[in-house]
Amino acid sequence: MRNILLFIVIFGLLISVNAQTPTGEEILKRIDQNQVFEQAISTSTMIVHGRTGDRTIQSKAWSMGSEKAFVEYLAPAREKGKKMLKLEKSLWIYTPEPTDRIITISGHLLRQSVMGSDMSYEDMMESDELRDNYDANVLGKEIYNERECWVLELTANNKEVSYYSRKIWVDAERWLPLKEERFAKSGRMLKMTEIHEVFYQDGRWFPKRMSFKDMLSRGGGTEYIIDSIDFNVDIPEYRFTKAALRK
Amino acid sequence: MIKFIINGLLRDHHRSLFPIIIVSLGVWITVFMQAYMSGVLTDMVDTNARFASGHVKVMSRAYAENADQVPNDLALTGVNEIMRGLNAEYPDMTWVKRIQFGGLLDIPDENGETKAQSSVAGMAVDLLSPGSTEIHTLNIAKSIVSGRMPEQPGEILISDELARNLGVTLGANATLLTSSMYGSMIMQNFTVVGTIRFGIQMMDRGAMIADVSDIQFALDMNDAAGGILGYLPNRVYDDLVCQEIVGQFNSRYDNTADEFAPVMGTLKELSGLSDYLDLASNASGIIITIFVIVMSIVLWNAGLLGGLRRFGEVGVRLAIGEHKGHIYRSMIYESIVIGLIGSAIGTGLGLGSAYWMQVKGLDIGALMKNVNMMIPTVFRASITNETYYIGFFPGLFSTVLGTALAGIGIYRRQTASLFKELET
Repeated sequence: MRNILLFIVIFGLLISVNAQTPTGEEILKRIDQNQVFEQAISTSTMIVHGRTGDRTIQSKAWSMGSEKAFVEYLAPAREKGKKMLKLEKSLWIYTPEPTDRIITISGHLLRQSVMGSDMSYEDMMESDELRDNYDANVLGKEIYNERECWVLELTANNKEVSYYSRKIWVDAERWLPLKEERFAKSGRMLKMTEIHEVFYQDGRWFPKRMSFKDMLSRGGGTEYIIDSIDFNVDIPEYRFTKAALRK
Repeated sequence: MIKFIINGLLRDHHRSLFPIIIVSLGVWITVFMQAYMSGVLTDMVDTNARFASGHVKVMSRAYAENADQVPNDLALTGVNEIMRGLNAEYPDMTWVKRIQFGGLLDIPDENGETKAQSSVAGMAVDLLSPGSTEIHTLNIAKSIVSGRMPEQPGEILISDELARNLGVTLGANATLLTSSMYGSMIMQNFTVVGTIRFGIQMMDRGAMIADVSDIQFALDMNDAAGGILGYLPNRVYDDLVCQEIVGQFNSRYDNTADEFAPVMGTLKELSGLSDYLDLASNASGIIITIFVIVMSIVLWNAGLLGGLRRFGEVGVRLAIGEHKGHIYRSMIYESIVIGLIGSAIGTGLGLGSAYWMQVKGLDIGALMKNVNMMIPTVFRASITNETYYIGFFPGLFSTVLGTALAGIGIYRRQTASLFKELET
């Protein structure tokens, strides 16, 4: 009788532990729900810590889901007026007068750095929805930056992604990837991102200040700060056309 | 005596013809090889000096570490002040700033959309300043295939092959896509005013030549450059002089740990031609040594064969009382005459064929499609002062040495057994 009771207690405990551990798929779904929004207009500041010094770049972005985005650079003077349009898997860059050219970014140009930062155009083009491209495996729980995190190992399920595998520390309460390491198939770490500050707005947690580090470069990484974001906007379809680049 | 020897050689062709042919051939090959090697190595060094490294080159330390990647984000800054200092300290030398860059050249159609696109290997040089030496150094004006030299800012030259691949016409707009000094992608419009062919495969595949001020502006490289190239006054690379200049310059920055501090290197260190330059300085010695050894062995054998053929003659001369030393010396004199004639003929043939190779050259362009070195596609010989005498003295020396070795046999002949030998 005592043994039966012990079995029931242990079995019950196991069930309750399993019930508390979400699957990798569930965690990715929560991240996607948190990060992918219908429409938003944001302004942001990017600080590139290069080997020769720091550069600060400001931009305004209009986005619709994870497929459409339009970015206009506001500062410094040299970059002002440059625009970028992303439509699903296509990307165009516009350089204002006197150059006045729209160039399609494809092929190896996608590996170029965005404004000298540690982020490439390829990084920008990746689908935000991790579930589409990766199989997730939950490694366990860890405390990262005083936050309880689920640690996930992601392995690419198709060849179109830039990184073969990723390791993500996901805030177990706010569903934000506080830290992410991106690896090549060889196992070499290529990029590392960290979220240092977050903010709560319109029912979701969002990164306020984050950093990107290209592990193959000797620079000091790139800081990305979201100065403002508005989810309650109505962006006209015209914004996401090539004609809008020259406006 | 000399007249007697010459008559003997002329009347007995077997005594002179074979050695003269051998010596002539050896001297011919030596003279030609010296001129050819000298030409090829001089061209390689000169091409690297003109297009890549100068005789000395100043870069930032960080740039120098990865110079193969042309990392303009690590470019040398404060270039104007450094150039002022170099011009003041070495006023006889020519100092120029250069920027090498890679990128894509995008040709728009009438709607401004991409019509054609190709990667380019760009070089920014001073094209527009009055008195600029760069046009002469790079032989740009003479390399123009069509169009004209850039005369205004924003005008560029591109390689003829690239122009044909892109379908570019003169006066067409071309947009350069590349990275700025700070890593951001930039686009800059230029006008193609001419096409060029340098005869260097690496450049002729996809070169773009622009004015350095235009590229400094486009790449956000204000007062910065990939490197400052220095050329010695006579435009001939002298490793000792360059090492001294490099030592003096670098000693000023020994105590700084700044990775962007300037550092100077010599052509020999920077171009990867160290082994070639060492070979060039020893080439003549190597050729002469090989020639003398091979020729001496061949002529020694020829002398031995001649000795056998002239066994009877030497015996008779000994029998009638001629001293062994006299016979030996007369054969040496004969070899001197043979050496002189053979060397003169060989030098003449060598100079003639070297001159032909100097004018015509050997086009190896088809073998160099994927070569990424600053090597000319046409190898040419170069007749130098050394070419005139390099084969002559070894030709003479090896003939005498061969005869001297073969003639030792004369001293082994015993007068007592001569008649017995002659009877058989």
